[in-house]
Amino acid sequence: MTGPGDAVLQLRDIRKRYGKSWVLRGIDLTLTEGTATVLIGASGSGKSTLLRCVNLLETIDDGQVLLDGDDISEVGTDPDEVRQRIGVVFQAFNLVPHLSVLSNITLAPRRVHKMGRGQAEQEARELLERFGLADKADTYPDRLSGGQQQRVAIVRALAAKPRLLLLDEVTSALDPELVGEVLALVAELRSQGMTMLIASHEMGFVREIADHVVFLDAGTVCEQGPPTELLARPREERTRAFLSRIL
Amino acid sequence: MTTPAGGDAILGAGGVSGPQLVASTARPDDWTPSPRQQARESARRRATRRSATLAASSTLGFGLVVGFAVSQSSGWPRVRESFFNVDAGRAALPDVARGLLLNLQVLAICAVFVLVFGMLVAVARTTRGPVTLPLRILAAAYTDLFRGLPFILVLLLIGFGVPGLRLQGLPTGPAFLGGVALTLTYSAYVAEVFRAGIEAVHPSQRAAARSLGLSYAKTMRFVVLPQAVRRVTAPLLNDLVSLQKDTGLISVLGAIDAVRAAQIDTAQIANFTPYVVAGALFVALTIPVTRLTDALTARSDRRRAATGAL
Repeated sequence: MTGPGDAVLQLRDIRKRYGKSWVLRGIDLTLTEGTATVLIGASGSGKSTLLRCVNLLETIDDGQVLLDGDDISEVGTDPDEVRQRIGVVFQAFNLVPHLSVLSNITLAPRRVHKMGRGQAEQEARELLERFGLADKADTYPDRLSGGQQQRVAIVRALAAKPRLLLLDEVTSALDPELVGEVLALVAELRSQGMTMLIASHEMGFVREIADHVVFLDAGTVCEQGPPTELLARPREERTRAFLSRIL
Repeated sequence: MTTPAGGDAILGAGGVSGPQLVASTARPDDWTPSPRQQARESARRRATRRSATLAASSTLGFGLVVGFAVSQSSGWPRVRESFFNVDAGRAALPDVARGLLLNLQVLAICAVFVLVFGMLVAVARTTRGPVTLPLRILAAAYTDLFRGLPFILVLLLIGFGVPGLRLQGLPTGPAFLGGVALTLTYSAYVAEVFRAGIEAVHPSQRAAARSLGLSYAKTMRFVVLPQAVRRVTAPLLNDLVSLQKDTGLISVLGAIDAVRAAQIDTAQIANFTPYVVAGALFVALTIPVTRLTDALTARSDRRRAATGAL
């Protein structure tokens, strides 16, 4: 049914406001299977809001969100069902503090997907093994470094076998020397063909992971394109100004 | 316990294992304190001795002054005779202790019901969405009502009102009705404690759980409530101490508990010492729970300091 080149996520004219101020002013975006799209832009440009709208943590004020062709922005969509198809990783890790790493990862497979404990734990251990975290399975989150916590959070999102992974500023809360390990994990995911939508200030994501870069400014797509082109030859004045501030 | 995970993790990320590094640098066995450090330490020891001496002498002085003032007052011999009579106290002890057993039974049963009922009310009150609005209103009305009513009124209304209904099959013993009154009142307090705990769990925890596809109910059960309960353990024990001493009020309805037993003895021998005995027993019971509360609070403070994020 699906394969490389198919649209996993389509955003059509997404609009969102808080009170009277518009945060998103008509965003159009298509994510094809197996690609990584990185959203860049200043704080308040709407990156996180856009991700929250995709995951239905926010309701949009106009437009359409299509996941594998299903309109998930329609009234009557079951958000719990949609969220089973979309994995999310947040800036602040948000691991459950009273559960071990293994229990954090098996939470959704066991409680949502009704997988047996044995199978869920076996799959979780395989995932941890794959990302070099096997020895942390029985540890509690407060015994891990920020980078390890964030990698566990990514593994937790993967355990539900999502179609699409949303990463919201996943390295912003980390000390600079811990950014690398998270970046490496995300690069690994990309090479395995995971479809991802990433909001980030971290230029490493843009350079090493992005297939497609989208520059958001004041709730609109100001400019988008392949990373080499956008970084080297930004067409818009606002893009140039933003890049010169952060590079 | 409180070692930050950072140090070992940074080394781990670089692919270098920690122990070898530690072994090659730190050699505490060869160390002898420098003269400067020795002087510092002896100065610190002197300061410690000085504050210990000061604390002891000021406590002793205070005790002497209070003891002198009380024992020199003209009424002290009479007060001592009627409130601190050793013989009367010894004679009353078995009756009062037997009464205290009833207090403990009521406490144990009420504590279970209070925790369960309080939790249900708190969960009902924190639900969202239009369907559960009547639940929220009911829960809010319940807590408002029973936190506002003086407990003695609840006790009297239930203790004397319910038997008047002549409901078939419902026990009408004073201990049972007193227990019902205690449960109703304390559940309201405990529900508020649980609610505070639920609301103190960071919204990002809910967002993360919902993002994993967990429903509202599952998010509450597996993610929010366990954290909420851990947070409010200390205030809950505080309410438990309060419940423990308020079991003494069921004597108002005529149950023969420690307070009532003391009252009966007092009336027989015209001496108030049995009340003091009952009081001493209640205090002796609450002290371990209070100390446990302090210890738990200290532990959770340490944890929070260690993890920062929590």
